[in-house]
Amino acid sequence: MMISIASGKGGTGKTTVATNLAVSVDAPVHLLDCDVEEPNAHLFLKPAIEETKTITTPVPEIDLEKCTHCRKCSEICRFKAIAVTDELVLTFPELCHSCGGCMAICPENAIREVGRELGVLEMGAKDGVSFAHGRLRVGEAMAPPLIHVVRACAPENGLTLIDAPPGTSCPVIAAMKDTDFVVLVTEPTPFGLHDLKLAVEAVRMLKIPMGLVINRSDMGDDRVRSYAQSEGVPILMEIPFDRKIAESYSRGEMFALTYPEWKARFRKLAEQIKTLAGKGADVQ
Amino acid sequence: MKELVVLSGKGGTGKTSLTASFATLANNCMLCDADVDAADLHLLMQPEIKKRSDFKGGGIAEINRDKCTGCGTCIDMCRWSAISSDFVVDDIQCEGCGVCVDFCPEQAIDFPIQTCGQWFISETRFGPMVHARLGIAEENSGKLVTLVRQQAKQLAEEKGIDLIITDGPPGVGCPVIASVGGATSVVIIAEPTVSGIHDMARAMELCKHFKVPVLVCINKFDLNPENTTRIETMAKDNDVPVVGRIPFDPTFTKAMVQGKTLLEFDPDGSAGEYIKKVWTAILTTPAMMVAN
Repeated sequence: MMISIASGKGGTGKTTVATNLAVSVDAPVHLLDCDVEEPNAHLFLKPAIEETKTITTPVPEIDLEKCTHCRKCSEICRFKAIAVTDELVLTFPELCHSCGGCMAICPENAIREVGRELGVLEMGAKDGVSFAHGRLRVGEAMAPPLIHVVRACAPENGLTLIDAPPGTSCPVIAAMKDTDFVVLVTEPTPFGLHDLKLAVEAVRMLKIPMGLVINRSDMGDDRVRSYAQSEGVPILMEIPFDRKIAESYSRGEMFALTYPEWKARFRKLAEQIKTLAGKGADVQ
Repeated sequence: MKELVVLSGKGGTGKTSLTASFATLANNCMLCDADVDAADLHLLMQPEIKKRSDFKGGGIAEINRDKCTGCGTCIDMCRWSAISSDFVVDDIQCEGCGVCVDFCPEQAIDFPIQTCGQWFISETRFGPMVHARLGIAEENSGKLVTLVRQQAKQLAEEKGIDLIITDGPPGVGCPVIASVGGATSVVIIAEPTVSGIHDMARAMELCKHFKVPVLVCINKFDLNPENTTRIETMAKDNDVPVVGRIPFDPTFTKAMVQGKTLLEFDPDGSAGEYIKKVWTAILTTPAMMVAN
């Protein structure tokens, strides 16, 4: 079973929920940090990294000996990643989406694909939790292809938790798509509510059952709760603001390991999710 | 004209609350919300929308079943597995590369350009504002960020406004890269948590990569004074000016609930005093002092 933890707004506590959930439930559990722009789960789980792979995406390389400057490649490219003049052929690998169109259309077979580095995939484990994350190379714009590589690390068996990036655009969709349940982590503030509504819309588009965790649940107002009620999105857990929890977070600690009552609550959360996902309890 | 872009790396460190407070302090500025994916600045600014425009992104493949002979060329060539065995295109999977369109022997695939968001020119109590809304699950967020920043610049020029404050998105990917290019300066709002530090470091690296001057402001500094010191040391080691510290203060949330900036909600409170100092420090950094 695959559960993604997402939010809309950043900084609401996705990583807190994902890591605490991972260390509270029984093994085998797999934690995949798909926030490849700013991966943080490893700072809390502190896994020993056992394997590192450089991940690339194919981009064109032109054989100038064979090229006749026919311009077919630049005409087919919808991302303006190739420019051809009578004298020159320029490629802009950072604009390339790796569709392979230029290579397929070239009548001279003058194009081959080479790798552009997207970032690295790191894999490891800690206390029965297997772990993988992607780290996007700083300066690289395209997160989704690296997210797909991290997702491919999910084993067949056991529970897989996906820590998703914030927002509702393509990287989040890449992280959440085809998972069995989405936990949306929010805070009861106007920003939290606004971005939650967008996230709910995104999850509905993907037709995945979902539930809510309200973090810092006593800081703000009641509008998130009434929204959840009117939309039929179940509230699965509330975490009140506690300066002790905030401070332990700042040091990279998981509060489920410090406070046994929280570990019990995260185990209960996992049980609730399993029941809801089993029912396919989507709220249309 | 100068543009200050507010970034953080990690989400939820206080970018939007501080952007709004800076706008309260700046005398007549142009506001730009470059977090087109989860835009929140309008919740504090209550902009009155003057002009609304569609944002056209790329195309998406659409198979014309009357012309399709079922040869399968499109399925074979699509690298995104976006076309099902019964020739239906999954809009979410489709990358918009158009390879299927160009290689279909029957020319049975259309490629209609999609409206993937909207952008707005508005008036607020602090000055004009350019903001946008990217559609759910859409791509091209970088293009939309570039568009709102260009529009903000153009409008500022027309109105003779010499400062743009841009609220940036979290992360270091496509929309963030589109937010930093050509900025006068970036201020990173960092929080003294292990994740805040980790993400600040990556955001800082990104600014260096694109050669944009960068400043650091530490929010919620009292949650972990040791980590606050670590941030200050890291900044110093990288020759990045620290423009100040702001304490953790629930007043920010109370102001947000009222739809106000902190300085409007509690003009004489202690957090407000810290913000005023930070703002003065930002304006007097070498990058922001440089004449256009």
